[in-house]
Amino acid sequence: MNLWLILSVNSVTLGGLLFLLSAGFSLIFGLMRIPNLTHGSMFMLGAYFGVTCIAWGFGFWTAAVAAGLGVALFGAIIERFVLRRLAGAELAQVLVTLGLSFMVADVCLMQWGGDPISVETPPALRGATAVFGLAFPTYRLAIILIAAVIAAALWLLMDRTRLGAMIRAAVDDPAMARVVGIRVSHLFTIVFALGAGLAGFAGVIGGPILSVYPGLDQDMLPLALVVVILGGSGSLLGSLAGSFVVGFLYNFGQVMFPELAYVVLFLPMLIVLVVRPQGLFGRVTL
Amino acid sequence: MTALELRDLNKAFGGLRVTVTVNLAVEPGERRLIIGPNGAGKTTLFNLVTGELRADSGRIMLFGRDLTGIAARRRTHLGLARTYQIITLFPGETLARNITLSLLGLSHLRWNPLVRLNGQRDLLDQAHEALVRVGLEHLADRPVAQTSYGERRRVEIAMALAQNPKVLLLDEPFAGLSVEERRDVLSMISSIPRDVTIVMIEHDMDVALEFAERITVLHFGQVIVEGTRAEVVQHPRTREIYLGD
Amino acid sequence: MKRLALAIALLLLATVPYWIGNSYYINVATQILIYAVLALGLNVLVGYAGLVTLGHASLFGIAAYAGATLINAGQNQIVVAIGALLATLAATAIFALLALRGTGLGFVMITVALGQIVWGIAYRWISLTNGDNGMSISTRPSPFGLSLASADAFYWATLVVFLSAVGAMAIFVASPFGAAVRGTRDQPRRMTALGYNVWLTRFLAFLFSGFWSGVAGLLYLYYNQFVSPQTVALSASAEALLMVIAGGTATLLGPIAGAALVIVMKDVASAYIERWNFVLGAIFVLIVVFMPEGLVPGSVRLWRWGISLLRPQAPRVLQREDSR
Repeated sequence: MNLWLILSVNSVTLGGLLFLLSAGFSLIFGLMRIPNLTHGSMFMLGAYFGVTCIAWGFGFWTAAVAAGLGVALFGAIIERFVLRRLAGAELAQVLVTLGLSFMVADVCLMQWGGDPISVETPPALRGATAVFGLAFPTYRLAIILIAAVIAAALWLLMDRTRLGAMIRAAVDDPAMARVVGIRVSHLFTIVFALGAGLAGFAGVIGGPILSVYPGLDQDMLPLALVVVILGGSGSLLGSLAGSFVVGFLYNFGQVMFPELAYVVLFLPMLIVLVVRPQGLFGRVTL
Repeated sequence: MTALELRDLNKAFGGLRVTVTVNLAVEPGERRLIIGPNGAGKTTLFNLVTGELRADSGRIMLFGRDLTGIAARRRTHLGLARTYQIITLFPGETLARNITLSLLGLSHLRWNPLVRLNGQRDLLDQAHEALVRVGLEHLADRPVAQTSYGERRRVEIAMALAQNPKVLLLDEPFAGLSVEERRDVLSMISSIPRDVTIVMIEHDMDVALEFAERITVLHFGQVIVEGTRAEVVQHPRTREIYLGD
Repeated sequence: MKRLALAIALLLLATVPYWIGNSYYINVATQILIYAVLALGLNVLVGYAGLVTLGHASLFGIAAYAGATLINAGQNQIVVAIGALLATLAATAIFALLALRGTGLGFVMITVALGQIVWGIAYRWISLTNGDNGMSISTRPSPFGLSLASADAFYWATLVVFLSAVGAMAIFVASPFGAAVRGTRDQPRRMTALGYNVWLTRFLAFLFSGFWSGVAGLLYLYYNQFVSPQTVALSASAEALLMVIAGGTATLLGPIAGAALVIVMKDVASAYIERWNFVLGAIFVLIVVFMPEGLVPGSVRLWRWGISLLRPQAPRVLQREDSR
């Protein structure tokens, strides 16, 4: 019984982290219709940025925000100067993001070396907290809270601001949005930067749990893919639902079917792709 | 026996009814023109006949044979051919190769991975013949990209003709053509022998009326007027639809 | 002219072990040939059928894993070869049945999912695949009793397979079926209206592609005498795609050149340039942005442009612009 409880809480934690990772991916996929294959690299880059900030003496949270901003800027540059040149050629854009991911991964390797770097849990959140009579690392619980806060913030952005309305319009019907005067290409840059920034921020937040190492990008990208395919792209609710589903699938899969752990994860994704290409909640068909 | 017959054909997309109880009968050898304002459902009708779209109800008969449930590609083998509003030639290839691909569609050779396509003399000769019939044999080895729009339009029609169809569906064959080009295409269409039944969708009245023997007027997916050219042109409802709208 | 160039190329290829003395470089040449076969197979799908896939390393790897399993079970070379290729064809059929439900981006994503499933099995189903430790085989096969243990001998065996692959590709490209496949890439709707079975055409092209990827995979196993989950990872599929796109999808030479480029960067340049991955990614980005038709056609285009600058301008007859 305890095992299932622990697994469940860990799954929710992982779901929270995955939400931070995938919300951006989902927005980019929904708006620009491309699976951003640099997303894992953004996560990793952010984590490394965070490591450096912390090494320079900044606090954990400052580092997380700074990393998010840094990666957001990087994302904006990529979108503006590379992706926009290929506007309309979605396949080319996907391939470019692939090439860029190679480049980013190598730069990280060059700059921070090949050894895994651990990130210390922020002092305020060390130790354990009792939940349902069991002790859980406080930080893991905190991640759930952070994810909830970011989810709320994103929801406010999408639902209550003009920018959000424009993004939703452009996701629903880009051609129509242009006709109404929405500068869709500017939106692309903003959303890409936002998505990248979220991923970078998530990289630092995930640091104390995952640490930072070469190959982190390749571990995280497929997870973002599964979340968005299952939950639907362009849909915040979908990303949330998808994140928790994947969190549970991943953790329970590891325990119950260790040999088929990844099959348990990617088989639902495959089924959804083949049967219902727009995901469980999404509005964008592949 | 009619060449092409549509009985109570219906098609709706969600709440939008695009084809509403259409009844149509085209006699063998006839030259039928389908006209109607934009959005009348003319191309949809063609798509239903060729099988690209599945009808909600009703029947389509090709020389007495019910086409319901028969896949689009098979209908071609039964003697149906069509051209498209937007020219859909194979861009990287020569005109001769375009026609060859069309001929290949009905031949068992299309599954053959072993022989050389360029060594199939009879196929290549037939393709050449088809180009001669439309007066384009001098451009046989010209890549599509280096031909004029009018020439491409003729190749598009030649590709359909090469398959020796019994019923030929032409979707706006005069669209985008200059006056001269229209004359060329019209004379080409007029010289098609009577063993091919032709149904044409067209917007351009001047040229199309020359071609038509019988006309069907569609509006909002329904057949509004049908009859000989003279009858339809004088019919009050025709004027209503075209001038009143 | 073309025949002469081909004859010279063949001569050079056949005598590689003689003018490249160093066995390290002979091995590089062998690797280039192996990956060229993979790239040629992949190009059938990407270049000729117009179906981009990011899961092809799985088919490559399944052949290797199946081969290793059969070899370690003591089977003889013929059984190993047939078994590995049958396994690859079966996997390819499954991939094709599922992936062809989507088109374009949907097709890519399904191949990614399938590739990840295969990788997951390789990584975690340890009783089957030995997981992260990979599977190794102790010796190379000896067809007709000839040992392939030396670099030279293995190179020549690979060359024979490579030449067969090139021959098969040439025949395929020139055949009616090959033309049909390209037709489905350019105008799938028109092809259906002309009487072709587009789905079946793509399915068969997929099988043909998978078969040669499997052949390459088996060669890889014999060359490396080892296979691991890394062989079927997403990055491996990405590299294969890179080879095809970098070299150019429209010609037979393209994938071969692309494979050479990637392997040379990986093995040789990495000794001089530390950041080969970065350079590879950069080349990829540059090619996609500036030379989308690939290195080979792109270079030809640049070459022609350069020549045209040197020649005096001939009077140009006005041509009708095509209005789209």
